[in-house]
Amino acid sequence: MSTPTTSFGREAAAAISRSKNEPSWLVAWREEAGELAATLELPKPEKTPIARWNLDVQGVHRPGKAVSSPAELPQAIASLLDAQSDAPVIVQHNSSVVFARLPEELKAKGVVLSSLEDAARTHEDLLRAHLMKAYEPNEHKLSAMHAALWNGGVFLYVPRGVEIEAPVQAILFADDAEATFVPHILVVADANSRVSVVENVTSSLGETEATLLHNGAVEVFAKAGAHVQYAAVHHMDSSAIDISYRRAVLDNDARIEWIIGDMHEGNVVADTLSVLKGNGSTSDAKVISVGTGSQRMSLTTRAVHFGRSSESDMVTRAVMKDEATAIINGISKIEKGATKANGQQTERVLMLSPKARGDANPILLIDEDDVKAGHAASVGQVNAEQVHYLMSRGITRTEAERLIIYGFLDPVVSEIPLEAAREQLQRILERKLG
Amino acid sequence: MSSLFEIRGLKSAIEGKEILKGFDLTMGAGEVHAIMGPNGTGKSTLASSIMGHPKYEVTEGEVFLEGEDVLEMGVDERARAGLFLAMQYPSEITGVTNADFLRSAINARRGEGNEISLIKFVRLMEGKMKELEMNPEFMHRYLNEGFSGGEKKRNEILQMMMLEPKLVILDEIDSGLDIDALKIVAAGVNAMRSPERSFLIITHYQRLLNYIKPDFVHVMMQGRIVKSGGPELAERLEAEGYDWVKEELGIVDETVGQA
Repeated sequence: MSTPTTSFGREAAAAISRSKNEPSWLVAWREEAGELAATLELPKPEKTPIARWNLDVQGVHRPGKAVSSPAELPQAIASLLDAQSDAPVIVQHNSSVVFARLPEELKAKGVVLSSLEDAARTHEDLLRAHLMKAYEPNEHKLSAMHAALWNGGVFLYVPRGVEIEAPVQAILFADDAEATFVPHILVVADANSRVSVVENVTSSLGETEATLLHNGAVEVFAKAGAHVQYAAVHHMDSSAIDISYRRAVLDNDARIEWIIGDMHEGNVVADTLSVLKGNGSTSDAKVISVGTGSQRMSLTTRAVHFGRSSESDMVTRAVMKDEATAIINGISKIEKGATKANGQQTERVLMLSPKARGDANPILLIDEDDVKAGHAASVGQVNAEQVHYLMSRGITRTEAERLIIYGFLDPVVSEIPLEAAREQLQRILERKLG
Repeated sequence: MSSLFEIRGLKSAIEGKEILKGFDLTMGAGEVHAIMGPNGTGKSTLASSIMGHPKYEVTEGEVFLEGEDVLEMGVDERARAGLFLAMQYPSEITGVTNADFLRSAINARRGEGNEISLIKFVRLMEGKMKELEMNPEFMHRYLNEGFSGGEKKRNEILQMMMLEPKLVILDEIDSGLDIDALKIVAAGVNAMRSPERSFLIITHYQRLLNYIKPDFVHVMMQGRIVKSGGPELAERLEAEGYDWVKEELGIVDETVGQA
């Protein structure tokens, strides 16, 4: 298997950075990443030969048009946000952030919501301490490329003890398949803070020969006692590739809740990892996906326990149609010393077509004796007994199957904390499930 | 029309093994019939075959509801025609709330353009749940998921009350119920008794029949009715068991399908 060769490297990375007038520390940082990108190999997700995908795509810098009010945003994303409310929101259009809104009251409390590019100037110390510390540039070629090329991006800082009630919404939108579309979302939730984030990745590419590569990453740092809820709905045109690495690092008693809808129409590598560093830290990851057409997906959830009495739960539910393939990996790892840790995981795949494929691979890696861990996995068709039960009450077969399939995904859909995002997910489901 | 519900010479098999061996029963409108019998005599097969469970293959016979041929209908059509089976083991369905499920079932009967309004539906469901002393939170719980045995049975009766069927089959609705729950379930059934509606009650025990008075009692053995009578038959079965019936009819093994 050959890794695509690329002309990209140290010089190219630095040149792009300088052309955007980035601060010198970041230019140097990008140079290093560019060098890694030229030497590192692609990651090798289980049973998913991504080397055959068109990943050798850097795109060109195509900033969107900055706007001063949500009404001026592209029509394609109008339904995603509530124009009337003043809830926190940030929008990336192609290669740049075009709109950000944060209520004064939150600014006064020290909350920061800006593009990551701006934050590189305004919050250098916080960035240098956190940016790509959980998802490191040297992991593989895609992480190095991400480090070298990330653009726009979101920086959210929630100060100690501050609780943000309304979810913070991040909309990442591309309508130019040739654009470099590499958003990085960095959330730093300081001690005992509370915040929910809702991320929408979406595109409107029309007919195109080009491959849009969304090489995105999310890093969440939850300091002691902080609670972060992170919901993401990804849905782009089938000509796009969705690469999404998500990482959370949890200090003592911190908590992360991942609520993920991997609903993309094209190929996907999604890898969601919680690092339970602190004692008493907890992670709850819920992922749903619907595979359609001939798309290939690698969906991985992982939890690594270092902290004593840390707890993780991971649930992935996927509905597979047509000729789609999903390789679903769940990895619960408990390190030596993480006594009383508890790692649980479930993978469920519902097969709606004989040509679809869904593999569930639950893995437990345990290096400590005094722990609990468990897994459950199943791959099957719509349960005939359930269909019969619903039909015996007068519901037609079609409607019974629809109820069961939507129900299968509901435990995640119903938990999306923002109504507009929940409705978007419903619309996508209706489109994908037919 | 003389009868509401009629079964003629019904034969049914599961995995190639014949369980019902020519079952006949005629029920008039407003009547309550009880079918009793030891385990393994085909009582639940009767219920499942009438409803059209895919595991059971009806090989012979006819079933009519108000003169309509039930066996020609799909499972959902049977339900919409007025058949209701309170199941012994109701399915659990993740992600489908009790309320969404029941609203779909009611609307399936009413047809497109004639759907029940949300507010009317909620009032109806709340009212019926109160009658059955069910916690209102069960409205938004996933269908039967995490319900205790007794809660599932109550939920079956709730569905019956909301769907207002013409012919109700209760398949061992009393199993797993304590006496208080049994009284509530029986009160729910009795509230539904009317001159237009008939009930077929399948049970092991006479206990349930203390609370729901049947008009007719039938004993089932070897896949068919072997003896019929009034409520006094149930009392005798409770007091003396089934052996006297077997002796009277010269039956050695009352069960079916136990090769």
